[in-house]
Amino acid sequence: MSLLERESPGVVMTPDHLRARKLPVVADLGIAVLALLLSAAVVYGLGLGNWVLVIAFGVVLYLAGLYFGASRIEGKRSARNRAWRSLIYAACLLAVLPLASVVWTLVSKGAARLDGDFFGSSMNNIGARDPNGGAYHAIVGTLEQVGLATLMAVPLGVLGAIYLVEYGRGRFALTVRFFVDVMTGIPSIVAGLFVLAFWVLIVSPWFNDGTPRFSGFAASLALTVLMLPTIVRSTEEMLRLVPGPLREGAYALGVPQWKTILKVVLPTALPGIVTGIMLAVARAAGETAPVLLVAGGAAAINMDPFAGNQSSLSLFVYQQAGDASKYAPDRAWTAALTLVALVLLLTIAAKLLARRNRLS
Amino acid sequence: MGDFPSRSANANAGGPGVTSRHAGSAGPGVPPIPPDDRLGNRPPLGGGGALPTKARFSMESGFRGLSTAAGAMVLVIIVAIAIFLVSKAVPALSANTENFLTYKAWFPNEAEPRFGIAALAFGTLLSSVIALLVAVPIALAIALFLSHYAPKRLATPLGFVIDLLAAVPSVVFGLWGRDVFSQPVQDFSVWLNKYFGWLPVFGGDGPFGRSILLGSLVLAIMVLPIVTSLSREVFQQTPGMNEEAALALGATKWEMIRTAVLPYGKPGVIAAVMLGLGRALGETIALALTLGTTFTISFNIIQSGGNSIAANIANTFGEANATGRGALIASGLVLFAITLVVNMAARAIIYRRREFRDSAA
Repeated sequence: MSLLERESPGVVMTPDHLRARKLPVVADLGIAVLALLLSAAVVYGLGLGNWVLVIAFGVVLYLAGLYFGASRIEGKRSARNRAWRSLIYAACLLAVLPLASVVWTLVSKGAARLDGDFFGSSMNNIGARDPNGGAYHAIVGTLEQVGLATLMAVPLGVLGAIYLVEYGRGRFALTVRFFVDVMTGIPSIVAGLFVLAFWVLIVSPWFNDGTPRFSGFAASLALTVLMLPTIVRSTEEMLRLVPGPLREGAYALGVPQWKTILKVVLPTALPGIVTGIMLAVARAAGETAPVLLVAGGAAAINMDPFAGNQSSLSLFVYQQAGDASKYAPDRAWTAALTLVALVLLLTIAAKLLARRNRLS
Repeated sequence: MGDFPSRSANANAGGPGVTSRHAGSAGPGVPPIPPDDRLGNRPPLGGGGALPTKARFSMESGFRGLSTAAGAMVLVIIVAIAIFLVSKAVPALSANTENFLTYKAWFPNEAEPRFGIAALAFGTLLSSVIALLVAVPIALAIALFLSHYAPKRLATPLGFVIDLLAAVPSVVFGLWGRDVFSQPVQDFSVWLNKYFGWLPVFGGDGPFGRSILLGSLVLAIMVLPIVTSLSREVFQQTPGMNEEAALALGATKWEMIRTAVLPYGKPGVIAAVMLGLGRALGETIALALTLGTTFTISFNIIQSGGNSIAANIANTFGEANATGRGALIASGLVLFAITLVVNMAARAIIYRRREFRDSAA
C-alpha cells in the first residue's frame, strides 16, 4: 500500500530510483566517532567513571545513533536489521575478551616456574618459605588416575554403544539411551560423593583392616562414572554412521553378527571412536572435585594408585591456590598451564583425527 | 547422519533378470549329512537343513549379553548413586537437630549437629540464574553469528575456539576469576554501588569483590560454550527452504532469522539452556575459589559472600567428621535430585523433536 502511494507521479523508473537508498559508510564512521566523543564528554564531564565506561556508553550511543540514522534513510526494517547485526557482532567481541585474558594470564603467570625442578620434584618437605617444589607427584597421579579410568570406561562405553546401535530394540534400549544422556549432566561432585559413599566408606575397609582409605583408584572410579556417558554417546554416533550395506555384505557372506561388529563395524568407525574417547579423557583430566573427595591429595610421590592418598594436577592447582605461601600462586599458575596444555593437546589431537575420519 | 541407510532400501537387487545360462538348476546342492553323524540323529530338514542350527550358548549370545549388560550398567550406576547417597545421608539427617530444609547455617561436626541447606540452595540457584541471564543472550548471538553471519573461513576456526573453551578445566577458570577477574569486578561493584546503591540488589556498604556477581560471571563464561555449540547445531539444521522462502518474500536477514530460524530452533535452544543450567548448578571448584563463603540468604549480588551446595562440599570436606560427611552427602543428594530433574526435562524436550535427537550431544 505505502509503496504505491508514496510513488510520485511522473518519475521514470530508472535503476537509480529502484535501488534502495543505503546509509553511506562515511555516515556510519561519523556516527561512531561522534558517539565516542559524546560519551567521553558526558562521562569525564560528570566524573562518572573511567575509560571502560566511555567505551561501553559509546557503543550504546553508536547503536542508538546508527538505528536512528538508518531508519531515516533506509527505513525501519532495514534499521532493525542493522541494529541486530551490530548487536550480534558486539556479543562475539565481548565473548572473546575473557578467553584472551585467560590465555594471556596462563602464559604470562605460568611461565614463572616453568623449569625442570617443577616437573622433577614433589611438594614433600616444602614449607611455606621454600620457593622450590614441584608437581611431579601430581602429574603421576593424573596420568595413573586418568589411565585407569580410561581402561575401565572404554570397554564399558564401547560395548554399551554397540548394544544401543546393534542389538537394542524397544523400550529398554530407549530408556538406556535416555539415561545415558541424562547421566552426561551429572555434576562431577556428585560422582565424587557416590564413590566416597560406595568405595571409600563401604568397600575399601574390607581391604584395609576395617578403616576407610583414600586412593587414586577411587578417583579413577569417579572419573569412570563421568567418562562413561560421553564415550557411549560419541561411539554411538560413530557406529550409526557405518553404512548398512557393509554389515549386510558381511551377513551375506555368512559372518555371524558378533564377528561382523568386531571385524567390520568397529574398524570402520575406529577413528571417530578414538576421537570421542580422547575428548572424554581430556574432560576427565581436568576434573578436580572427585579427586578432592576420594583421593585426598598428597604432598609426596605415591606411585601406587591402589593404596594411600594421591594428588592430581587439577587438585594441585586448587590446593596451591588456597595455600598461604607467597610462592604458592606461581606454582598454581604453572600447574594450571601444564594442565591446560595437556588437555588442549588431547583435544586438538582428537579434532585433527576427526578431520581425517572418512565417515562424517 | 551419513548418506547411507542403515539397511539398504533396495534389498531385492538383481531381480528376475538372470540370463538364460543360469536359468537351469544350480546342481544338486550340498548333500545332506548322513543322519548318524549329526547330534541327536535327527533326520535332515528340507531347505536349509545343512545350515548349522542355532546353538544355545555361542559367541553370538555371549557377545549380545555382554553388550546388553554394558548398556544396563548406565541404569545400574544411576540407581546406585541414589541408593548409596541415601544410605549415607540418612544417619546424618537423623542426627540433625535443626530442620535440614529451612536451617541456614552449617555446623554438622559439633556434638549436636546443626545444619540446613536453605542458604546453600538459595546461593546455588541465584548464581546459576544470574550466570544464565548473562550467558544465554551472548551465547545465542555467537551461535547465530557462527551459523548465519560469519563467512565460512571465520566460522570454522571460531567454532573450534569455542569448543576449546569448553575443554578448559573449571579449576583454571576459578583461579583466573580469583586472581585476575576479581579486581575489575570489584571496581565495577563499587561503581554500581555508588550510582545504583538505591537498588537493594546493588546496595550494602562493602566489602565488595568476592561476591555472587564474580562467581556468576565466571560461571557464565563456563556455560557459554555449551549453550553456544548446542544452539549452533540447532540453528544450522534449519531447513534451507524455510530460509530461502522468507528471503524470497522480501524479508531482511534479521526478519528471516526471526521468522524461520528462531521458531524452528526454539525447543533445541530451550534444551541447551537447561543443559547449561544443569552444568551451572553442579559447578564446584570455580565457585569454591571465587565466592566469599557466607551462610546468608540475600539478594545483594555485589557484597562479598554467597555460597553454593557444591562449593560448600569442596570447602568443608577437609574438616568433616563422620556426621559431617553424611551431611555433605545429604546436600549432594539434593544437588543430584535438582540436576537430574533439570537434565531429564531438557532431554525430554530434545527427544520430542526427532530432528535434534541424533545430533545434539
